[in-house]
Amino acid sequence: MRLRNPFLAPTALLMAITMLAPLAIIVVYSLLTRGAYGGVELPWTIENFTRLWDPVYGIIFLRSFWIAAVATALCLVLGFPLAMFIARSGSRKNLYLSLVILPFWTSFLIRTYAWMFLLRDTGILNSALQALHIIREPLPLLYNDGAVILGLVYGFLPFMVLPLYATLERLDASLLEAAADLGARPWDTLVRVTLPLCAPGIRAGAILVFVPCLGTYLTSDLLGGSKTVLIGNLVQNQFTASRDWPFGAALSLALMAIAMVLLLAARRRGEEML
Amino acid sequence: MPDTVLELRRVSKDFATQRAVADVSLEIPRGAFFSLLGPSGCGKTTILRMVAGFETPTAGEVWLNGQRIDALPPYQRNVNTVFQSYALFPHLTVQGNVEFGFRHKKGTDEIRRVLDVLKQVRLEMKASRKPSELSGGERQRVALARAIVLQPDVLLLDEPLSALDPQLRKQVRVELRDLQRRVGVTFLFVTHDQEEALSMSDQIAVMNGGALEQVGTPREIYARPRSRFVADFLGAMNWIDGIGVRPEAVSICQSPTKTGRKAIVTDVTYLGSFCHIAMTLEGGEAILAQVPPGSAIQAGQTVCFTWNPEDEVRC
Amino acid sequence: MKRGLTVYAVFAYAFLHVPLLILAVFSFNSSRFAVWESFSLQWYRAVAQDGNLIESSINSLIIAIVATAVATIIGTLAAYGLWKRGSAWLSGSLYLSLVTPEIVTGASLLALFQWIFRFAHLRLGMHTVILAHVGFSLAYVVVVVLARLRSYDRTLEEAALDLGATEFGAFYRVTLPYLVPAIAAAAMLAFTVSIDDYVITSLVAGVDSQTLPMVIYAMARRGVNPALNAVSTLVVFGLGMLIMLSERLRKPA
Repeated sequence: MRLRNPFLAPTALLMAITMLAPLAIIVVYSLLTRGAYGGVELPWTIENFTRLWDPVYGIIFLRSFWIAAVATALCLVLGFPLAMFIARSGSRKNLYLSLVILPFWTSFLIRTYAWMFLLRDTGILNSALQALHIIREPLPLLYNDGAVILGLVYGFLPFMVLPLYATLERLDASLLEAAADLGARPWDTLVRVTLPLCAPGIRAGAILVFVPCLGTYLTSDLLGGSKTVLIGNLVQNQFTASRDWPFGAALSLALMAIAMVLLLAARRRGEEML
Repeated sequence: MPDTVLELRRVSKDFATQRAVADVSLEIPRGAFFSLLGPSGCGKTTILRMVAGFETPTAGEVWLNGQRIDALPPYQRNVNTVFQSYALFPHLTVQGNVEFGFRHKKGTDEIRRVLDVLKQVRLEMKASRKPSELSGGERQRVALARAIVLQPDVLLLDEPLSALDPQLRKQVRVELRDLQRRVGVTFLFVTHDQEEALSMSDQIAVMNGGALEQVGTPREIYARPRSRFVADFLGAMNWIDGIGVRPEAVSICQSPTKTGRKAIVTDVTYLGSFCHIAMTLEGGEAILAQVPPGSAIQAGQTVCFTWNPEDEVRC
Repeated sequence: MKRGLTVYAVFAYAFLHVPLLILAVFSFNSSRFAVWESFSLQWYRAVAQDGNLIESSINSLIIAIVATAVATIIGTLAAYGLWKRGSAWLSGSLYLSLVTPEIVTGASLLALFQWIFRFAHLRLGMHTVILAHVGFSLAYVVVVVLARLRSYDRTLEEAALDLGATEFGAFYRVTLPYLVPAIAAAAMLAFTVSIDDYVITSLVAGVDSQTLPMVIYAMARRGVNPALNAVSTLVVFGLGMLIMLSERLRKPA
């Protein structure tokens, strides 16, 4: 630890222990072989990485991408009007903002479970539809990709609304007046002025939603079907049931690499958090 | 009767806490450089915004070219605004900003007009720059170009010179005046700076506390103010026994005269092109005289001063 | 457009809140099905009698309180240190911590612990969970406090030094008071993140250090359980109250 700065030292130490050392171990493990009773052993090999190119895993990666992309797009489409509403609500801005943040801060797990309760065969939605004689048999709403996407949107919508709201709030109102003054109808102003100027917020929100969705574990585990095995579930599996730590390590690194690439692609100067 | 392009008929505007504009009626002649002058909070910007369409009058009507417009949204009115902060779109280039009002139709005619107006404000070389790359004065010209290119019936300007440094301001005043004369568009110009209003306008409307105090040419307003407020706002004014006399109309007698008034000099300030002599009368009233710079008067002296009865102001 | 937005907002807020409200309503349902039978507190009674639930809740609280305290203190110091003089590698690792998927964080920590346990005679337990929680909460604390520091006037500390304060004195007497709202917000954030964590905790907890999310997850995995509705309602509204209370305390208006 070369940092003699007392303010930074404790955090530096903890980062080294909880972040850097584990990552180093993961890198090492990814190059080793699976042990007979779990764990790792020699010889060194790159087989874990070559195995990633197997189409079986390719499908899983693509499916994860697809689900994350759809969830992010939905969050954007659903979140933008909501962020606009809050930004224009004048004195009640804080109230409406807390109404979005509050559920998000309670429990992700429970909010995912709520959809299990709503969507299952004997759940509210099916019971109501049956009571209204719209359907006779319960619809299989749960345990499929759609349910996972719904759960992800429900869980991550606030992550999208917050940066969008922040950008909208900072938008100079006189720019919108100028657009109207120059003849732009409300829809024109939205498309030609508001949206382009919200690009930083959209980028931030998209990244904040897409990356966690890509590596999601809980949502696909609880709401997904047997076919909904995503990258997150795959990784978890390797470290528990399958006891294939080297492959799990390789998968983790692959997932991280993808996340890093996306983040670097979306970064612009002046928008850093740390 | 001159052709009136914009008319306000008994316009009032109330906000939750106050009455910003009280029963104002104005007729603005076509092609004029018309200024709304007054201190901050007097309602001049509110009037401008009502003409532009960002505020709706609580009472009264706004007529443009013989049509009533106070119920129309801003994008349906043929008026354009130069905002105080310029409100240039940061994500568009200079050309993009100026073209904005043309929406989807950008035929050869429109392109030519955009280039013409850019040449008029001397920014044709910077057409592909972004606003962040321009100086304050250049940004102001873009805001101007953007509004003018749409050939509005009236161009509204909300204190467009206040963000510029003093040196630039004097130069821009002249340029703006020339531009207005060349293009011929009616200007409705809002300012709190009386020097600006006097030097640029064909007509000035002085406002205070939401109401109209006086409308007239710069000379009329300055030389024959109809109220104390207008007299005091347009420049310094000495009040002697209810009669107003401008400092530059006060002359210090070379030798004591019978008609002159006596005063003791309290302060002499040298201001380059003239001197300000501050005096007090026997009764304690303060008088300011403006004299040529070569004056030999000193503080503590007792002097005698007088003025030409033609320069008197009574209101 | 304003009216359209308002209508939309009503639906959006309904989408966000109705699922939890339904959960709450049905937690008082005497039937385990989604058809209302009668009002009953039986599920709440079942929860109160479930030793496993109670023990795991206590574990969760202990872990959250300890981890929050540690992370908030050292995270605030780190944010201040970074603001005074940046450290690329520390910023980098904190950023890495934020963007690494939970599953990877959890798995790599497990790998680290297993490796250490070969040499030291330790096992997974509350201590490993607390360590893990401090680890992932740090980045959140630093981000929140650093954000507030970005809008802080540097010359205030210079003024303090000019008037005779030491470097630490300037920090303690001038900057720290300014940071209090951000520190409180960071602590709230760290607390809620810790209380709710499942993925990382499940990988690094021992058999006798179950947390509430782990128990909830196990119950959910087995299918819908009406007692779970009661637990959920308690947690959501409990945490909700806590958050609203802390907001009131922060802004006495």
